Amino acid sequence: MSTASTIVKLPPQEGATLPKKSYLNSEYGLKSWLLTGDHKRIAILYLISITFMFFVGGAMAGLIRLELLTPQSDLMATDTYNKVFSMHGIVMVFLFLVPSVPATIGNFLIPIMIGAKDLAFPKINLLSWYLYLAGAAFTIAAMVLGGVDTGWTFTTPLSTHYLNTHVVTAGLGIFIAGFSSIFTGLNFIVTIHRMRAPGMTWFRLPLFIWSHYAASILMVLGTPVLAISLVLVILERTIGIGIFDPTKGGDPLLFQHLFWFYSHPAVYIMILPGMGVISEVISTFSRKRVFGYTAVAFSSVAIAVFGFFVWEHHMFIMGVSNYSALVFSLLTMLVAVPTAIKIFNWSATLYKGSITFETPMLYAFGFLGLVTIGGMTGVFLGSMGMDIHLTETYFIVAHFHFVMVGGMLMAYLSGIHFWWPKMTGRMYPEQVSKLAALTTFIGFILTFFPQFILGYLGMPRRYAAYPPEFQVLNVLSTAGATVLGIGYLLPMLYMTWSLKYGKIAGANPWQATGLEWQIQSPPLTENFLETPIVDHEAYDYEWLANKTQHEVQTVG
Amino acid sequence: MDSQAIATSPEHTPSVEHAHPPYLRHHFETVEQQREASSFGMWLFLLTEIMFFGGMFAAYLIYRNWYYPAFVAGSHQLSIVLGTINTAVLIGSSFTMAMAVYSAETRNRKALITYLLLTITLGLVFLGIKSDEYHEKWEKHHVPGLNFSVHDFVNVNPAYPDDKPLPLDMAEKTQVYFSLYFAMTGMHALHMIIGISILIILVIKAYGGSYTDGHVSTIENFGLYWHFVDIVWIFLFPLLYLISRHQ
Ligand SMILES: [Cu+2]
Repeated sequence: MSTASTIVKLPPQEGATLPKKSYLNSEYGLKSWLLTGDHKRIAILYLISITFMFFVGGAMAGLIRLELLTPQSDLMATDTYNKVFSMHGIVMVFLFLVPSVPATIGNFLIPIMIGAKDLAFPKINLLSWYLYLAGAAFTIAAMVLGGVDTGWTFTTPLSTHYLNTHVVTAGLGIFIAGFSSIFTGLNFIVTIHRMRAPGMTWFRLPLFIWSHYAASILMVLGTPVLAISLVLVILERTIGIGIFDPTKGGDPLLFQHLFWFYSHPAVYIMILPGMGVISEVISTFSRKRVFGYTAVAFSSVAIAVFGFFVWEHHMFIMGVSNYSALVFSLLTMLVAVPTAIKIFNWSATLYKGSITFETPMLYAFGFLGLVTIGGMTGVFLGSMGMDIHLTETYFIVAHFHFVMVGGMLMAYLSGIHFWWPKMTGRMYPEQVSKLAALTTFIGFILTFFPQFILGYLGMPRRYAAYPPEFQVLNVLSTAGATVLGIGYLLPMLYMTWSLKYGKIAGANPWQATGLEWQIQSPPLTENFLETPIVDHEAYDYEWLANKTQHEVQTVG
Repeated sequence: MDSQAIATSPEHTPSVEHAHPPYLRHHFETVEQQREASSFGMWLFLLTEIMFFGGMFAAYLIYRNWYYPAFVAGSHQLSIVLGTINTAVLIGSSFTMAMAVYSAETRNRKALITYLLLTITLGLVFLGIKSDEYHEKWEKHHVPGLNFSVHDFVNVNPAYPDDKPLPLDMAEKTQVYFSLYFAMTGMHALHMIIGISILIILVIKAYGGSYTDGHVSTIENFGLYWHFVDIVWIFLFPLLYLISRHQ
């Protein structure tokens, strides 16, 4: 297995034609979409719904940044502000980031990458989407009926005793959306175990599959704990049982233990699929096998395992024992190891590669830089002494936005651009998308870098007003958010435009090695005409270059 | 509505040479693969269920260590007779469920329907006894939040005259015990209700001839679910009713 890069000529696209028959035109009508069992159509349904929720959450972010333009709370009342940032968090975490890559790109690609016709349980896959919609409907209902102001963390006893907002409705929404995520994870795990094509051994799987496998373990094991903690909060609000209620002997801190037992791994549910995207993109545009394939594959699993033993770092200032905080602080540092393994291996993949700078690669570079900053500041926050100073300030806000927005959203956009030709059969416009990638990066740095400084200087999070000396940095941040907003709006516009006017992509516009690139774009409903037999490792560019003829399966 | 079946390649029309059994979904290669996938999926689902109940078991562990006397006094208010009967009923229903799986495997439709109906009956008996216990808790003012009084815990329990009455602050903590009692048995009962609803659908489909044509994985997987719900009770019964009985 050579680790050198292979020069690959991109195929001429002028000759490419759209296949006559594909999953997009095999059936027509709304019903054929709403009752579909096809993983690719369900992926598209998810793509539309999470994009909608992203702009709902984004609108909330816009309102937050507008309010913080001035030191006084002048745009909205303080309790409205609480509702706005709560809704921003709930929507972005549970209804955008958690399903973002797995439910769209993952759903579309996992069966194809392993050479299967569909996920193991197509009906459960469709059910997941309906559960997602129901969860989103409850959450939006909570917002429309008057909002919820607990923050996305539902911290007790605030959520159980002191608020008269729609905690139960929002809680139910997250509970239901949680089951959507559980079923997606379950479907992925069974599919990866049981549906692989002949010859597709575990160590021939693309790293995208490994990272989704690891994320699915977290979804399946973590989300039920979130579900039960929300059920107990709801029961406490409605009938008044006392498991978290100190006046009845309960412990509010127990809620946080249960909540963070899910919500720390949830960070990895969000970021691991993104890391899978980055592995594919970096390999493709360096024309090299991912350096240290096995290490990258196992680091995903290691992140999933370690991820379950660090949750208490969210609670260092909440009165947990010093000794347990010490242990959790050490364990938190440990998670940085597999993450660093990934970053180093990606960098080594770039080394001496024949790198080209297509849009997905630009986003991937954004990811690498921003996630490294986000990850390193996570190590600051994981060390107890620093954490006591920095937690509950804008430092932590900046930290997790570097990981979630700088990391995950970059990876998501990278993946969407990378596989857009496969999903739709058409290219996105290259120049304007490069501009969008650049805008996003600049907007991002401008929005969130000042927040590190603000947090270090002591500006607390979750307040509508702040001392006037913080205004300059806040204005910078708001300006950045505006740029960032444009950066996100652009892809939505030109992607929609490209559906009709984009250049026809052809089967393998990037000359990538994955099985998904060896079939027509957009694929047939059953993906492969006959079950593929895999006889080469993942990312084998020599195999691709030596393929005398690119037999592409096209029908009609 | 099976879009997988519609979406075959143009040349492919279901023909006799492809002697697939009708229940083989199109994206699977073999019946064996389909069966393995669905049972694997079911085991994973049960794993999520373990995590779901696990949150409450963790809470139980912590609070029992903190408020041991309150947990003893609380469990002395439960009826060991009803609890034991219910345990027997549930184990019996697991037996009839296992027999139903066996009947499906041996393609005996009449026996399958009989055993499914027996399982439903036993499940309903369990729920009936459980609701009687809930009713008793209500009458005795042991329902935290809605209807609670410390009266029974600051006085001597006539059934356990050796127990010392609890001091007021510890008596208050019995609310945590009963919160856990209702949350855990309530979630368990909810799983029973869902199970019984699915059983009713299974009976109707079995009348139509399903499951005795060689395609038993639905019945097998439901059997796994039912046994799981049974096992949860096998843990709940000693934790809530038994282990504090003799100090
Ligand atoms: Cu964390």
